[in-house]
Amino acid sequence: MSDTLSVAWALAWIRGAQAVLAENRETLNDLDRAIGDGDHGENMDRGMKAVVGKLADGAEDVQGVLKVVASTLMSVVGGAAGPLYGTAFLRAAKATEGDVDADGAVAIVAGALEGIVARGKATTGEKTMVDSWSPALDAAKAVAESGGTAAEAFRAAAEAASKGSDDTIPLRASKGRASYLGERSMGHRDPGSLSTTLILKAAADAAEAA
Amino acid sequence: MSVALVIVSHSAQLADGVVELAAQMARNVELRAAGGTDDGRIGTSFDKVNDAVTELRAAGHDVAILTDLGSATMTVESVLDFLDEEELEHVKFSDGPLVEGAVAAAVTAQVGGDLDAVVAAGRARELFG
Ligand SMILES: [Mg+2]
Repeated sequence: MSDTLSVAWALAWIRGAQAVLAENRETLNDLDRAIGDGDHGENMDRGMKAVVGKLADGAEDVQGVLKVVASTLMSVVGGAAGPLYGTAFLRAAKATEGDVDADGAVAIVAGALEGIVARGKATTGEKTMVDSWSPALDAAKAVAESGGTAAEAFRAAAEAASKGSDDTIPLRASKGRASYLGERSMGHRDPGSLSTTLILKAAADAAEAA
Repeated sequence: MSVALVIVSHSAQLADGVVELAAQMARNVELRAAGGTDDGRIGTSFDKVNDAVTELRAAGHDVAILTDLGSATMTVESVLDFLDEEELEHVKFSDGPLVEGAVAAAVTAQVGGDLDAVVAAGRARELFG
């Protein structure tokens, strides 16, 4: 396992994320059907397949991979996830230079969270993907500050995102179309928090294999 | 410089219908529908919005953009993020109820209102407080 993550890691991350999002397509659709329009799994699957197609010839560097993810998701997804993840990966790309060490991992997660907050105008506790990205950033930061590796930072981020996703279940939605359901949105996991968790887990898995 | 409208909806039929309705009272206003995804599903398309804005700007129009739901608004804001400061003086989002807003904005453009007047009309605040 190498301490810094290169373009090969970024490609493995995104391909791994595509595979796991495809596997979870129906789960994500079902979660979105409960409190939304039922297309989150389909949208992420379609978007990530297009991304992987565009990355077939590789990319120059980590930033290049993240930029392709951003522009492709923005164009292809169609639902709210397009501009949200598109902006997330765009800001993550802007925060990345060269290979990724632990601070670089923090910068990627911070950039993603900043993009999602700028685009969706949500804060924590509103039953959105922010409830996974925000604790993920705190966890990644803690690892970097205590001298951990990029792989450890992504693993901690993924675990915190997963816990954050669990914590969305009892919440009442106050953003997006789920908010129209009021109290009926309670008792369901936010689908965006699960796709976030899967994406961060794929980053950690690829980093541990790098 | 005349003001044109881009109507962004998750549904291509809804976008077309709003254009049809707004055109009735605004015969000389350029109205563009940007509805549905690129492959004809329910959703919004970054490229459809971006292409409509680019074409209208190339034709010399200022552009007001109206949307139906929050994720359409996020798509529009993503498009605006790629414009520079100077372009943002000529391309603006009007955050209002789509049908009333589009009619009010189109009529305002028809009678020669500038971009800020059209955007303000599109918000239709007098109807919704
Ligand atoms: Mg949805």
